[in-house]
Amino acid sequence: MTASHSPTLVIGVGNEYRGDDGAGIAVARLLRNQLPSHVRILEQSGEGTSLLDSWRAAASVVLVDAVQSGAAPGTIHRFDASQAPVPAGLFPCSTHAFGVAEAIEMARALHELPSRMVVYGIEGADFADGNGLSPAVQRAVAQVAAQVGRELRNSSDIERRQEAK
Amino acid sequence: MKSRTIKVDYLARVEGEGGLLIKMKGQDVSEVKVNIFEPPRFFEAFLRGRRFTETPDITARICGICPVAYQMSSCHAMEDALGVKIPAPIRALRRLLYCGEWIESHVLHVYLLHAPDFLGYEDAIRMAKDHPTEVQRGLRLKKAGNTIVNLLGGREIHPINVRVGGFYKIPPKSEFLALAEELKWARDAALETVRWVATIPIPDFERDYEFVSLRHPEEYPFNEGRIVSSKGLDIPTREYEQHFAEEHVAHSNALHSVMKERGAYFVGPLARYSLNFDRLTPAAQEAARAAGLGTVCRNPFQGIIVRSVETLYACEEALRLIEQFETPDKPYVEAEPRVSTGYGCTEAPRGSLYHRYRLDERGLIVDAKIVPPTSQNLKTIEADLLQLVPANMEMQKDRLQWRCEAAVRNYDPCISCATHFLKVSIERE
Repeated sequence: MTASHSPTLVIGVGNEYRGDDGAGIAVARLLRNQLPSHVRILEQSGEGTSLLDSWRAAASVVLVDAVQSGAAPGTIHRFDASQAPVPAGLFPCSTHAFGVAEAIEMARALHELPSRMVVYGIEGADFADGNGLSPAVQRAVAQVAAQVGRELRNSSDIERRQEAK
Repeated sequence: MKSRTIKVDYLARVEGEGGLLIKMKGQDVSEVKVNIFEPPRFFEAFLRGRRFTETPDITARICGICPVAYQMSSCHAMEDALGVKIPAPIRALRRLLYCGEWIESHVLHVYLLHAPDFLGYEDAIRMAKDHPTEVQRGLRLKKAGNTIVNLLGGREIHPINVRVGGFYKIPPKSEFLALAEELKWARDAALETVRWVATIPIPDFERDYEFVSLRHPEEYPFNEGRIVSSKGLDIPTREYEQHFAEEHVAHSNALHSVMKERGAYFVGPLARYSLNFDRLTPAAQEAARAAGLGTVCRNPFQGIIVRSVETLYACEEALRLIEQFETPDKPYVEAEPRVSTGYGCTEAPRGSLYHRYRLDERGLIVDAKIVPPTSQNLKTIEADLLQLVPANMEMQKDRLQWRCEAAVRNYDPCISCATHFLKVSIERE
């Protein structure tokens, strides 16, 4: 994935062929054509070095991935990763030795973390091979897409008002 | 008698989920088990009934790190079954694609997974705070590999442009030439990498392995060659199953491979290097010598140096292939189905990857066999630990555990592949 020069990025992370692991990808697809034109939407597997590369030039990132923390399926977690590390072990479905959490912490260590980094985690139920999301996860995907949409439209309104001043 | 157990429930910095259990009684190791508990993935079973054309895309899904290897071994097996001959320009592009995957995979392992072991960091993130320049170099170098896979594979993860007989589409020459400048930087960065890892303190440890890899009359092996070993094996790929077998073991979801005549063997960078030093470019040979390696390397901890040498080779080879780029007349060669059996073995970053398929008259798969490099190395990993632990009995438990984990990571095990995931545990009674 080439580096983005767009200041705002939405990154859907996951594998649509591993059940609920496709939640992040599903959110990214729902948001296509729904966001202000300066927002770029990316789909990523969760491989850490590609993630680092994808957000290198971005000022603001919203990343959505499936998580497995033991909460009820469909539970929505939201973390401001620019303030504190996302809890370790949240992304156990990643088969990557260097995944989402590692990429965020590596960016912080190298002083390359975008100034705004919001992580949404959607609690998954089933990560077995196969397509399709569980009903609770499907509902959470729609909810997260709506929330990210509102968050980004509001922030771009604020930026516009600030520019107008 | 004093007994101890070293138990690592989840091995970090490996691809997938697995653990390690070592039981000791006094000075003796009573048990070593590398446990693999990612559920078996049954790829061989669900390939049955699929069309021969589907294997590159299906098998690429076995691994997020080495999809190209799966695509290459499956294509070669199908082409062997169907009597397809690949023209030189397509063959050259396959080597180029493989260079990209080797660079990506080796650089990830050298910089982010293995260097922290030797420099005493819990992970690459903590290492990056003290060694930002090196980590930045590693990240950019890895990206150079990604760029090749992106261009030729259609995308970075799970490339989709490979098909039996060649490629779906060949990008224009200008797009290949555009890679050259960054690859020249990458070649220099790879040389710097070899110099850097040569300064890292690496434990002394050697065993008399039987190394197994492909060997080609002229080239350092990627896609073609005979399967050879350091103890005299020299066979065509189609005879693989006459000499190698897979065994179920109770503590693992992965099969363990053995050589029927002699038991455990070793595939991967050390084996390739030791069997093919004379096929490396002069610059790669010189860098290896300057880093203190001989023409054969029996210390698996030096795998970090060998991977760096192979990365340098892959950068040089990629540059050569780009300079000599020729657009193929057609992006692929057509294949006609027939009743047949085909065999393919190529050199994945972690070692030889064997595929065998039997096809019916419609080109549907009747039977499939896939032997990934990690399952071929599991027995050797356990044997290394059996020797390593008694030799380091005086170590504090946490240091010994660290050393054992590093010893497993020597093999860059891809547990996702082998089960088609790692934890360490050392018990001293």
